[in-house]
Amino acid sequence: MSLVRNPFKTATLTIIWGWLIVLVLAPTLLVVLVSLMPENTGQLLGGELSLSTLWQGFLTNYGQMISPVYLSVFGHSLWIGLITTLICLLLGYPFAWMISRASPRLQPLLLLLVIIPFWTNSLIRIYALRTLIATRGLLNDVLMNLGLIDAPLRLLYTEEAVIVGLVYMLLPFMILPLYAVFEQLSRPTLEAARDLGANGLATFRHIVLPLTMPGIIAGVLLVFLPAMGMFYVSDLLGGSRHPLIGNIIKGQFLQANNWTFGAAISVMLTLVMAFLLLAYYRSVKLFKREVTL
Amino acid sequence: MKSSAPEKAPLVKLRGISKTFGDRKVLDSLDLDLNDGEFVTLLGPSGCGKTTVLRMIAGFASPDSGTITLESTALHERPAHQRPVNTVFQSYALFPHMNLYDNVAFGLRMEKVAKAEIHERVREALEMVQLAHLSDRRPDQLSGGQQQRVAIARAVVKRPRVLLLDEPLSALDYKLRKQMQNELKRLQRRLGITFVFVTHDQEEALSMSDRVVVMREGGIEQIGTPREVYESPSTLFVARFVGEINQLAAQVVRPAATAGRIEITLLGQTLELSSHGRTYQGGEAVQVLLRPEDMRLKGAEDSEGFPARVIERNYKGMTLDTVLELDNGQQLLASEFFDEDDPDFDYRLGERVRVSWVPDWEIILPDDEPAVTGAGA
Repeated sequence: MSLVRNPFKTATLTIIWGWLIVLVLAPTLLVVLVSLMPENTGQLLGGELSLSTLWQGFLTNYGQMISPVYLSVFGHSLWIGLITTLICLLLGYPFAWMISRASPRLQPLLLLLVIIPFWTNSLIRIYALRTLIATRGLLNDVLMNLGLIDAPLRLLYTEEAVIVGLVYMLLPFMILPLYAVFEQLSRPTLEAARDLGANGLATFRHIVLPLTMPGIIAGVLLVFLPAMGMFYVSDLLGGSRHPLIGNIIKGQFLQANNWTFGAAISVMLTLVMAFLLLAYYRSVKLFKREVTL
Repeated sequence: MKSSAPEKAPLVKLRGISKTFGDRKVLDSLDLDLNDGEFVTLLGPSGCGKTTVLRMIAGFASPDSGTITLESTALHERPAHQRPVNTVFQSYALFPHMNLYDNVAFGLRMEKVAKAEIHERVREALEMVQLAHLSDRRPDQLSGGQQQRVAIARAVVKRPRVLLLDEPLSALDYKLRKQMQNELKRLQRRLGITFVFVTHDQEEALSMSDRVVVMREGGIEQIGTPREVYESPSTLFVARFVGEINQLAAQVVRPAATAGRIEITLLGQTLELSSHGRTYQGGEAVQVLLRPEDMRLKGAEDSEGFPARVIERNYKGMTLDTVLELDNGQQLLASEFFDEDDPDFDYRLGERVRVSWVPDWEIILPDDEPAVTGAGA
């Protein structure tokens, strides 16, 4: 259909493309460009630009990442991200299954419970978590009053607190895509497996797991990447003693004023995400199942 | 007609099966025998409990009380995956992430059958349903009829003692359904496996089964060959549910002088009819049931039969269906085979005729239910 003949379609497409170009494409390109600046001038685009200077900038900025300090932060971030993702998966998988098998009247309510936290600002929720687990916080008070402990436990500013915070923030992103795939898993499909002689474990291994794999991968992607970048969770619950990649990026931009290096790390993180997304789409094609995110 | 079931101990015995969902009694103390190698159809309107019976044999539902035995094993005590029965599901329930070969091989792999044997049996099963050339396709690349065949192959490759089919043809169009009916029947004869087929389509039930079990509200109304069920229904429900039927209220006057015959009054006339082996008392209310194809039409000048008026004529190709209105306002359906040479055959709309039926082909049942008026209720 010609665009001229459909003004509504033209307008919609223009707005969407305009939005994407101004707010997504342009900033991303700027970040990439900044990450290739040869020297950090403290401004967005300083110094002269040529292919050789960009190559120079690439070597300097990206090369900077290969240092024991940053590599250990990356390693630690990956570790925290993996643990968070694993916990979210172990909690979210049975929960999503439970929702999908609940009565049709109960399902919207259970989904609502998953979504309700989104209605509150995430910073406020993290502060709320702080008041709960602070040294003189609610949890310690309760435990002491119950006589279970004599002195307050050190809960805040630990690695565990960061993980708890991340799981709390990210669990819905694991549950929702999993719920979507469990919804499509029909009861007769499971009954057919039992009928053909598969016990509970075999049914899970050969039918349930493969058919929910697209949801698992989607959930892992949606949890893993944010888990490495949520600097405020690490700041507020971990006391910045265990920085995530997100903390480094924030630090480079806002404290060290080293924009070129901060941009280079951001680009690396984006590339990792792009690579994981590519893997995800490949796997969906492999499983021939569509997942609504 | 004698039942075609062999005179052997039944293969599967259901005894005293009851089941309640919430406050609804789905099955009420049901007894049923399935003989080895027969094609049994559970026929009934939706909600009569036929699918629940099937799911209990398969192991997806358990009876509140009662037993299900297969030869000497208590089937109801075993989980679904340990029963020598397999199911063809209404929705086929093929595994979407596996190709046809893996779908069919799944059951054998679960049994830990040797690889070479799996290969041979899967090939054989796919050839049987003429899909061997598509064995690496996925279910979503197949038509409905082909998916249906895979579902059958996947179940029979396990060589079950009983194959359960839950309205397997309901999703297919008319022509394909006819074709699959024949294929299923042929397959059943070839394999010699007991088939338990659930349907609400009485035509399908009559054309495929060795025995038909007519169910209603959690109980069995009648068990018999298709012919017994159609020609000698034992209740008004069966008469009305299986095929079309005309129903006329009548009253027994007295046993006739000739043995085995009774006098009844019907539409103001006194007739002498066969008692069909039952005994009746004078004054007893009965229903005279007549199949549309047993009705005969004659000109108004004829002295026999009941006066009526033609109010509808439907040409059906093989037959010509006539809706008649009796003088009391009740409607009857008459279905006659087309005969171009018969001058009496073609009646005009509104024309007055006389309607009767082939002697002794009527069915007389005690009037245990409120009468339903109208043709072919």
